[in-house]
Amino acid sequence: MKYVDEYRDRDLVSALTEKLHRQTDRPISIMEVCGTHTMSIFRHGIRNMLPRQIRLISGPGCPVCVTPSGVIDAFVELAGRSDVIVTTFGDMIRVPGNTGSLADARAKGADVRIVYSPMDALTLAAQEPDRMVVFLSVGFETTTPTIGATLLAARQQGRDNFFIFPANKIMPPPLDALMQDPRLQVDGLLCPGHVSIITGAESFRFLVDKYGLACAVAGFEPVDILLAILALVKQVNSGKATVENCYGRAVTGEGNTRAQTLVDEIFTPVDSRWRGLGVIPASGLALRDKYSAFDITKKLDIHIKPSGEPRGCQCGKILKGIRVPEDCPLFRGRCTPANPIGPCMVSSEGTCGAWYRYGGLERKNLEGKQ
Amino acid sequence: MSSHITLDHGSGGLASQNLISDLFFKYLSDPILHRLEDAAVLPAPGGRIAFSTDSYVVDPIFFPGGNIGELAVNGTINDLSMQGARPLALSLGLILEEGLFFDDLEHIIQSIAVACEYAGVPVVTGDTKVVPRGKADKIFINTSGIGVVDNDIEIATGRVREGDIILLSGTLADHGITILTSRAGLQVAGNLRSDTRPLHFLVEKILQQEGDAIHTMRDPTRGGLGTTLAEIARATNLCMEIKEEDLAMHGEVRAACELMGLDPLYLANEGKCMVIAAPDKAEAILEAMCSVTEGSESCIVGKVTKKYPGRVVLTTVSGGTRLVEPLSGEPLPRIC
Repeated sequence: MKYVDEYRDRDLVSALTEKLHRQTDRPISIMEVCGTHTMSIFRHGIRNMLPRQIRLISGPGCPVCVTPSGVIDAFVELAGRSDVIVTTFGDMIRVPGNTGSLADARAKGADVRIVYSPMDALTLAAQEPDRMVVFLSVGFETTTPTIGATLLAARQQGRDNFFIFPANKIMPPPLDALMQDPRLQVDGLLCPGHVSIITGAESFRFLVDKYGLACAVAGFEPVDILLAILALVKQVNSGKATVENCYGRAVTGEGNTRAQTLVDEIFTPVDSRWRGLGVIPASGLALRDKYSAFDITKKLDIHIKPSGEPRGCQCGKILKGIRVPEDCPLFRGRCTPANPIGPCMVSSEGTCGAWYRYGGLERKNLEGKQ
Repeated sequence: MSSHITLDHGSGGLASQNLISDLFFKYLSDPILHRLEDAAVLPAPGGRIAFSTDSYVVDPIFFPGGNIGELAVNGTINDLSMQGARPLALSLGLILEEGLFFDDLEHIIQSIAVACEYAGVPVVTGDTKVVPRGKADKIFINTSGIGVVDNDIEIATGRVREGDIILLSGTLADHGITILTSRAGLQVAGNLRSDTRPLHFLVEKILQQEGDAIHTMRDPTRGGLGTTLAEIARATNLCMEIKEEDLAMHGEVRAACELMGLDPLYLANEGKCMVIAAPDKAEAILEAMCSVTEGSESCIVGKVTKKYPGRVVLTTVSGGTRLVEPLSGEPLPRIC
């Protein structure tokens, strides 16, 4: 398959790993911030290929995982209304809040449907004119533009029974917040490829300027990831941090400006709560007044109740990269993919889920747990 | 005949009788079935009896490469086959939703007849119920089957040994990805098709040739090859080592899996047989598998070791290694 096979090539991969082994002469901590990176690293067995001195930390880049349980509870409560059809991406459906998950709500009779695009939700709204169709708008920069485009289409169609539950987030503010945490020692950042397609590689420049952090934008295949890790090792060795774009076939410096303009037209930054990280200023997106008629929280006067994390759950610390799943007393015991307690276990991109499914082999080789 | 199934068709009265004589008997011709007795009486075969049942509730009921009817025939035949049984006869239980299009039912019954004919396994007894609209989803089918296992055949997980070879009769994930994309209404370029087919010809061939060397067989349906291997690893406390590069997949299946973020190791197959066999006979078994149509793409995909007892380890195409845990929950597409 084009654009896949050549980036999984065994000879290329082993040449890159060899280079990495030669060039790594000190302990280096690298945070991969994107959930798809976490998944890909485990799925391709990349941890086993790396020099022991390279430590990979999984950051807060799974949109499902960072959605606070209070928001999940609001989703579940909304789904319980008979006049509402809730539509969502698949990942969200099993995430437990304090009052169960959307899957539980569905089992009790709620109308919850998995869609592959918000446009499918809009189509559904046209087919179900007597009910409110709500799309749970969760995701980072990658998904927000399609949601924006859907709202434009909804407005054009004059669709008055289509809504979103705005819970989108943006990536730079939590990275800024993380870097200020003295417990977290990170030398380099594997910047999220999908997000960068929209925002551009240069959107991470502030981390270089402010914290001297080595940055490399990476794609999702083994060669992409190893290439970016090698770039980070070289930056750390030379002491010259910069933003390197190692995903040139998809990412440009400035990003997709059309998508950026669209998002800016419809959404406005607001303070937002992240699971495990707390409230981070200007890290979430709300609908601008012009589009607020599509906001179900305004239409139904929904307020998010503050809520704590499940007892014993370490997802917050895991999302920050200061704990690994093996440190959590619930991991593999009470908390499994079949019965997830924290969100990092339920999402296919969550750190705990990836460790559980794929991670057993490297556990004993892991070093440097903090 | 009306254009829709009504509750009358399940009443046991005249409409039911007409359904049986005008539709079911039109396609299903076994004389034992036509006796319409309360139970089919079959001649007693030599050997041991294998008995299996399975219910089919697939949505959509028609999908590229097949429909719920032939799936119900092939699925139960395959369950019997995996124990080394020669399937003899099937029962057919239908639960129909009021309002089901009569044409759809006819199409399904016709497919059942064709699948039975091809497999050489008749439906010898059956039952039909109709439930009010909304109490079922169009049509649910249960098939049970009996088969006979020769006395010298012993297929059991407990026979799997260190050093055994793992063979697979073809490509992965065809059925699972076809259903998931049909359900999602996703248009994937290419030709995704379910792999539903009976496996008893293939099984008969390899058992005839190397019966004793075949230690266990499974058809990796729900949960996929990954879950099937994980179950065997756990049960035997042995390590199943497989190589990603040896797992055959159609290009469009791979593309769809990549697109939807699904792991083909966990997607269902409905016409694939996994064989674990003694190493000295592996080549001969492979040759025998390849000699039948449904096994023409067979290959050796791994071996049984003691490296990580109780676990499945995959060597990726890039040369990495990782664990394969059993599937938990339905495979779900991801957000981004």
